[in-house]
Amino acid sequence: MIRRVRNIKSNKTSQKPIIEIKNLGKTFHPKSGEVKALEGINLTVNQGDIFGIIGMSGAGKSTLVRCINLLEKPTDGSVFIDGQDISKLTEKKLRTVRYSVGMIFQQFNLLMQRTAERNILFPLEIAGVDKETAKKRTAELLELVGLPDKAKAYPSQLSGGQKQRIAIARALANNPKILLCDEATSALDPSTTKSILSLLKEINQKMGITIVIITHEMSVVEQICNHVAIIDESKIAEYGPVEEIFRNPKTEIAKKMIFSEGDQGSVVMGKNCYRLVFDENSSSDSVMAKMVLETKCLIKIVHADMKDIDGVSFGQMVIQLPEDELTASRAIYYLRSRQIGVEEVEIDG
Amino acid sequence: MDSSMTTLIIQGTFETLYMTLVSTLIAYIIGLPVGVLLVTSDSEGIVPMRLLNKVLDIIVNITRSIPFLILLIAVIPFTRFIVGTSIGSTATIVPLVLAAAPFIARLVESSIKEVDYGIIEASLSMGASPLQVVTKVMIPEAKPSLIIGAAIATTTILGYSAMAGIVGGGGLGDIAIRFGYYRYETGVMVVTVVLLVLIVQIFQEFGMKIAQKQDHRK
Repeated sequence: MIRRVRNIKSNKTSQKPIIEIKNLGKTFHPKSGEVKALEGINLTVNQGDIFGIIGMSGAGKSTLVRCINLLEKPTDGSVFIDGQDISKLTEKKLRTVRYSVGMIFQQFNLLMQRTAERNILFPLEIAGVDKETAKKRTAELLELVGLPDKAKAYPSQLSGGQKQRIAIARALANNPKILLCDEATSALDPSTTKSILSLLKEINQKMGITIVIITHEMSVVEQICNHVAIIDESKIAEYGPVEEIFRNPKTEIAKKMIFSEGDQGSVVMGKNCYRLVFDENSSSDSVMAKMVLETKCLIKIVHADMKDIDGVSFGQMVIQLPEDELTASRAIYYLRSRQIGVEEVEIDG
Repeated sequence: MDSSMTTLIIQGTFETLYMTLVSTLIAYIIGLPVGVLLVTSDSEGIVPMRLLNKVLDIIVNITRSIPFLILLIAVIPFTRFIVGTSIGSTATIVPLVLAAAPFIARLVESSIKEVDYGIIEASLSMGASPLQVVTKVMIPEAKPSLIIGAAIATTTILGYSAMAGIVGGGGLGDIAIRFGYYRYETGVMVVTVVLLVLIVQIFQEFGMKIAQKQDHRK
């Protein structure tokens, strides 16, 4: 298990930046005053990353992803793709850059008057690819997304998951280096979400396409991202490798986003609650049982959630320790000595 | 009704169809691009051009607000200049086009505005140029709505063409006025009205059928 984890990590050592966002700002000027959607954003996405950008609604994440392909023109700063400052390009050159940056959307945005097949042909027509090649490419892509039998179907005849698969095929038509996903799974049910995410992961691993994922769901980040940026009130609150952020969230918003995932609000927390974080170094067998036996500290498990993130077995648990401070600190000491992150949970209200 | 009247009515029917269809066609040649420009040059459009948008908007509004009967008479000198005469069905095409083009521009504008902006955004994200967005996305995606608009436009123009009978514009309207109104020949009046209603029904049905067949949204 651990060996597999290491392998994946060593694959990703090609630390070549593919997207660099420098001091980016975006201010909208609606009729009443001005709205700062983004402020001083600095981000680097490396080649081969699956980079998650997560935030509450209205945090500016959709604007941020649209600044990467300049669907929104930033008011400050610059965006580099493959070392090229695309904010300085002419419209015509920018369009060529866009051939190499695919994008998928929450609402799929397929052309309703075109069949699945002709939707995939669309970007190839735009790029002026000859018909023969385009046809072949379309068939390949339908195969890749597992829908070769839906070539002649119109989007209205497809389910949400199938629509997103066609949208993914369409976004990949011109062999992009980057795939931007704007809340791509937010309109889908959990099992479809899972299958779309594993398709994205497959695309990332097989074709080496860098993926940027905008989402408001921490579970999406957990499932496929290796890096994450948390955006809050138009700024990047925190960013880094997913495990690091999960293990040790520094900002309030990060803690909130990580914590509220799962049984949102259904976790009833009392006094003396602690969050335990397990990673590949710590989650050795039956550590909790041993702790109880050895420290004679009776704990109550309030919430537990173990997941597999990018091959690393990772989890968190909220436990309630007894009132008696001595016993409690013994338990904490024991857990810390087993490389488990322990952190007191503050209860608001 | 004698046979000469029958011939006259058949001829009138063809004149009406000729005026209506030719005017609709020419009016679309003008109205379609204007309608598209109204959408694309809007401040929220894909190529915002404020001045152009404002100018087009004003022209369309002014021409739309002149009642057809008045426009018909007011443009007689212009019609003479273009066609050489102000009488007959070919001459009537000029005021018909002038009245219909701005109306069509508005119909086209509203059809194209129905296209989900997400689809347009997606095509821009793939590197589509504004012209490609118009020809490959906006117009094909709005097709069912554009066809319904065309059916409405055709029937409206048909109605206008009958009005042109007042100034000797030819067609069924002309016959209805000359015989049915001036000579109290109620029979002729009834026949022309029935024919007009029939033609409108046929255009309407035909348009709706094609639109339905072309609509893949459901």
